[in-house]
Amino acid sequence: MKKLIFISALFFFLSNNYLIAVDKPTELENKIFKNLRCLICQGQSIYDSQSDFAESMKIVVRKNLEIGMSEEDIYKFMKKNYGEWVLYNPEINKGTYLLWSLPFLLFLIGGAIILRKLGVFKK
Amino acid sequence: MKNKIFITISFVLFAFCFAVFYVGLQKPNIYTPKLDKQIELPNFVGNDFFSGKKVISDNLLKKNNYYIINIWASWCIPCRAEHSFLMALNNKNFNLLGINYKDNISNAKSFLNELGNPYSKILSDKNGVLSIELGAYGVPETFIINKEKKIIKKIIGPINDKNFKEILELIK
Repeated sequence: MKKLIFISALFFFLSNNYLIAVDKPTELENKIFKNLRCLICQGQSIYDSQSDFAESMKIVVRKNLEIGMSEEDIYKFMKKNYGEWVLYNPEINKGTYLLWSLPFLLFLIGGAIILRKLGVFKK
Repeated sequence: MKNKIFITISFVLFAFCFAVFYVGLQKPNIYTPKLDKQIELPNFVGNDFFSGKKVISDNLLKKNNYYIINIWASWCIPCRAEHSFLMALNNKNFNLLGINYKDNISNAKSFLNELGNPYSKILSDKNGVLSIELGAYGVPETFIINKEKKIIKKIIGPINDKNFKEILELIK
């Protein structure tokens, strides 16, 4: 019985220690992790991935936050190193205007078709 | 008449969407960055592989020299395949820097003992941070740095015959 108590105490001590040792990401860190693409994964952010690449990216993000970089600075840094594709929220430029405008265009056309079907224009 | 316009617009839209998706599907889904402009090599700090001492990129990379940075690991099979090319590059007149990626030091040392050490300097990258700061994806990866300390070529994956010739052409 004593052995059992000792082993369970040891287990709790070790597991608690482990939990303290693993840094929980802050809200800002998580936000940045979710906005950065894991470039070697299939459609995952670095937040979702546990690949070597994603884990290293997370360390770099944390390190950069520690030295006082802002969220925007980190995105700029990653974009400089890996290009636009690394960001989940691409900027509007000549390569991405279609990406941004197409949903609005389709929304307007779809809306017009529905209104036409409902006979709104006839009134 | 109205119906005809509606059908035409629908058809054009459908054809447009089809064309966009068709072109999109033809592209390979493995993303490789285009290096259409030369990227300035970021400053970096690393630890020497053998001594563990801190090394600053400014002290390591001098202007007016070509450099090749190769990221490797002993556990990486393609690194083994490209090693003969690196050994062949070793005799040319530029510096070959190695970055040992997430590796066990003793395994890495036996890798070099077995296949030879082509590097003039090796930095240790225990947690992969250095590679991310350089804009690398993983191992193996090779950067060619020109005399102005700009990255003029990135080779993602093992060096092959074609890459080898390209490197020799670039650093003529």
